[in-house]
Amino acid sequence: MDGFPILTLLTFIPVIGMIIVLALPGKMEKEIKYVTLLSTAIQVVLAVILLSNFDYSAGGIFQKESFQFIEKYKWIEIFGGSWIGTIKIDYFVGADGLSVPMILLTALISFIATLSSWNINKSVKGYFALFLLLDAAMMGVFVSLNFFLFYIFWELMLLPMYFLIGIWGGPRKEYAAIKFFIYTLVGSVFMLLVMIGLYFSATETLANGSKAFSFDFLVLMDKANYLKDGILSPFNPHNLRFIAYIALFIGFAIKIPMFPFHTWLPDAHVEAPTPISVILAGVLLKMGTYGILRISYPIFPQITHDIAWYIGLFGMINIIYGALVALAQKDFKKLIAYSSVSHMGYVMLGMASLTTTGINGAIFQMFNHGTITAMLFLIVGVVYDRAHTRGLYDFGGLANQMPVYTGFVTVAFFAAIGLPSLSGFVSEALVFVGAFGVDTLRTLTMFSALGILLGAAYMLWTLQRLFFGQLPEKWKSLKDIDAREYAMFIPLTIIIIFLGIYPSAMLNIMNTSVNTLVEFLSVNIHNISIGGL
Amino acid sequence: MDFTSLYDSLSLIKPEIVISVTLLLIVIFDLIFHKNKTLIPYIALAGLIIGGIYVLSDISNSGFAFVISSTSNNFGLLALDSFGSYFKFLIIITSILIVFFAKHSLEIKNTGTRQGEFYTLLFGMILGMMFMISASDLIMIYVSMELLSFSSYVLAGFIKLRDRNSEASLKYIIFGGVASGIMLFGISLIYGLTGTTNLYQINQVLQSAHVNLIVLSFSLLLVVAGIGYKISAVPFHFWTPDVYEGAPVSITAFLSVASKAAGFAILIRLIKTAFVSNIDSVGNWQLIPVFDWQTLLAVLAILTMTLGNFAALWQDNLKRMLAYSSIAHAGYLLLGIVVFSEIGIEAVLIYFAVYMLMNLGSFYIVMLIADKTGSENIDDYGGLGYVTPFLGVSFAVFLVSLTGLPPTAGFIGKLYLFIALIDAKMTTLAVIAVLNSVVSLYYYIRVLKHMFLKKPDGNVREIKLSAANIVYIVILLIPVLLLGIYFTPLVNFAESCLAFLHF
Repeated sequence: MDGFPILTLLTFIPVIGMIIVLALPGKMEKEIKYVTLLSTAIQVVLAVILLSNFDYSAGGIFQKESFQFIEKYKWIEIFGGSWIGTIKIDYFVGADGLSVPMILLTALISFIATLSSWNINKSVKGYFALFLLLDAAMMGVFVSLNFFLFYIFWELMLLPMYFLIGIWGGPRKEYAAIKFFIYTLVGSVFMLLVMIGLYFSATETLANGSKAFSFDFLVLMDKANYLKDGILSPFNPHNLRFIAYIALFIGFAIKIPMFPFHTWLPDAHVEAPTPISVILAGVLLKMGTYGILRISYPIFPQITHDIAWYIGLFGMINIIYGALVALAQKDFKKLIAYSSVSHMGYVMLGMASLTTTGINGAIFQMFNHGTITAMLFLIVGVVYDRAHTRGLYDFGGLANQMPVYTGFVTVAFFAAIGLPSLSGFVSEALVFVGAFGVDTLRTLTMFSALGILLGAAYMLWTLQRLFFGQLPEKWKSLKDIDAREYAMFIPLTIIIIFLGIYPSAMLNIMNTSVNTLVEFLSVNIHNISIGGL
Repeated sequence: MDFTSLYDSLSLIKPEIVISVTLLLIVIFDLIFHKNKTLIPYIALAGLIIGGIYVLSDISNSGFAFVISSTSNNFGLLALDSFGSYFKFLIIITSILIVFFAKHSLEIKNTGTRQGEFYTLLFGMILGMMFMISASDLIMIYVSMELLSFSSYVLAGFIKLRDRNSEASLKYIIFGGVASGIMLFGISLIYGLTGTTNLYQINQVLQSAHVNLIVLSFSLLLVVAGIGYKISAVPFHFWTPDVYEGAPVSITAFLSVASKAAGFAILIRLIKTAFVSNIDSVGNWQLIPVFDWQTLLAVLAILTMTLGNFAALWQDNLKRMLAYSSIAHAGYLLLGIVVFSEIGIEAVLIYFAVYMLMNLGSFYIVMLIADKTGSENIDDYGGLGYVTPFLGVSFAVFLVSLTGLPPTAGFIGKLYLFIALIDAKMTTLAVIAVLNSVVSLYYYIRVLKHMFLKKPDGNVREIKLSAANIVYIVILLIPVLLLGIYFTPLVNFAESCLAFLHF
């Protein structure tokens, strides 16, 4: 794979697709859809090639040598005066066990969301152009190893998302779109400040021997690079690292979304069109937890260690709160949205354990939640397309009317509950095992386990309300799923079942990297004693 | 003053001479060709381009012009340096863009034979700004500022047909007159304290002699009021919305960019020349401890951006909204001065170049829409993005850039400001500034909401764009997008233009 720019292609294939879509006349709707489908299909193929060339034994995280598919080019290099020094920003992308699952997920979900977008018939050109831009931005976030690049992709995602919800959404779309935008922007402007603060705190040695500030994640992770008096340097007794950590964490927490920053999510989900909900739940939410693992953990190991318990606490709150609110929902889509809040709580709980088992579980749960929740939103979309209502009490007895559909729904629901032999079970089990092993998290873990019970309650109750009982007269004409919907459900179902039976397929990808991360964290705590942070 | 020194002085102000000659040429042509005014914009353009070439070719030249030989030191009325040249270049580019702007503008076209006056007055403004940027003497600052002001008072009321136009002009004159009177009073007090009006000599006096600090502070506050009026800093901003709304759009755009640039240039020059004792190796300024500039400017900056942004939230008239947004941007720019370091000034220079592009682009689109629909009200923008997609998408890019989101040039401007603030460890100001840009998102995105999220209703007509309109927008659009991704050239240019005479 040497020299083949696979990560750049993965990121920019959608951009090329977008340019083609923009060049096509707006009337050629079919062609526009096929261009999009082709772009995302190429992405899936590239992702599979990436996986087949991936070296499972390389750790990544903080070692440049063991990152794979690295591409590093000079992007911006400004030789400034003495007051600012050289500003150097590289185009630096690479993959390790942390990002590969996310890259696979992004490619897969984008492809499936394109299939699910086939019914869009309003301003088709604009929709698919924005969709492809969103796709590129998401992929960019997961491959960037330079904070500046990461931030550009992170922000690039906002505008397409705003329009995709705001133009193609439901009745309250304007409110939902602006709420999403403002919430995420508040988080990301703080991220910007932390980014600049880190930039001025660490230097790397350039080829010519001079020192320059750096946005490079790997440089920022090595405490030897920090200056004595940097504003976020651990060696500065008056550093602001704790405040910066919290600011950065809130930026990510809004995306997860962590209680109490979650209120944008139900609005966005309910108003967004089905494919956008799929992207939102499938990929976007993972950026929050991915960002914490990629940036917060290795750059601030000591603070991570100090506040891990609170991450676990908020994880538990997410699990219980999300599940309780989901129980009270009458709207199918809102129920799935809150179940998302609950399931992302498991990710946080697993992360908080700081153990290999727990973090493996967390990343695996990120992937599984991506596939399972994407499927759940597609399921909502299918019934909404046909009946134009999502009220849980409007249905009943659909099992006889739509047997195949019911089959897929059952698989997805049981996966969400965490039934053994389906993928959700493995990741949740790993999270609980990992967290239970840590003394301080034991109580939290026990309370969190209640979430499984509540999850089973709202899922089974929903299954009962929708599919069993008497079929109302007006739904007698509902058709079972068609070929396109088969094409969306089958790959997801296969993945869910396959990873339930053989989870090692996914766990092996991430295991070395997670080990590296956990080891890096344990080595780097307590060594930075100055300032206590 | 002997002949050689006069010759030296004149050779240092070639761009200003070109502008003056062009001004006279326009007046003469205006008199000769009384009916046909089509030639005048081209004369104006030729003059501006020649002036621009002189600015660029002399960008590394520096020296004092019009040295007063009676004093022991050879300080002149004008200090020519690359810092000033940067702003002059910016103003000339803005002026070239404004000439095209006015050519495309229906309201200027409708003035018929009075167009000659329009360009004459425009050049009066340009000349005033260019002298103001280089002025190193309080009297020179005052005189050039008056030249700028008087031309702009007339231009603000140039379209006599509309009530709000005359109102704008009148308000502008009254407030402007008061502001310059206050400033003159401040200048006279400073003269009384220091015995000189030359900024360099004031610096020497402040460093060596003991002056009454209370009177000095009072007089500086008065001077800041005068300059604050020009850059529309809160609380000297109250004229801005009315004047911006009432004036012809081309003049509003010009005021919001060029006039503000000149104001910032002279504020920076005033502080750096008269109040900085030393610049250390990492570019931090050491101020003479006679006046707390930092607190004053920090308070002004916070007030300006916060009030500008919050007031913009409630505006339905696009011109008025952009007026408040330009107030907010003045607040961000003030932050670049507050850090009192070279990196801060560099940030101001970068921000201004970016601000020029995105602000002119926004005003141009507002003008195109107003010319066709006769309205600047946001409600009349409903569904416009569907009827005229090119216009909608371009406006979206300009507004996103004004918000400061990547990958647009506006982000780079903000990035450098925040870099300057964080480098100076002023995190509180940085936090206030980023929260302000979140607020600003709301009113910028509101325009996009009307253009794209609302369905076009029956009375929205397609806005037909001429090729010239499209070229104009594309010329502004390309750098806004390109600089967001690759900003090395701009930063290098700004960095090479930081040099001050004698510092």
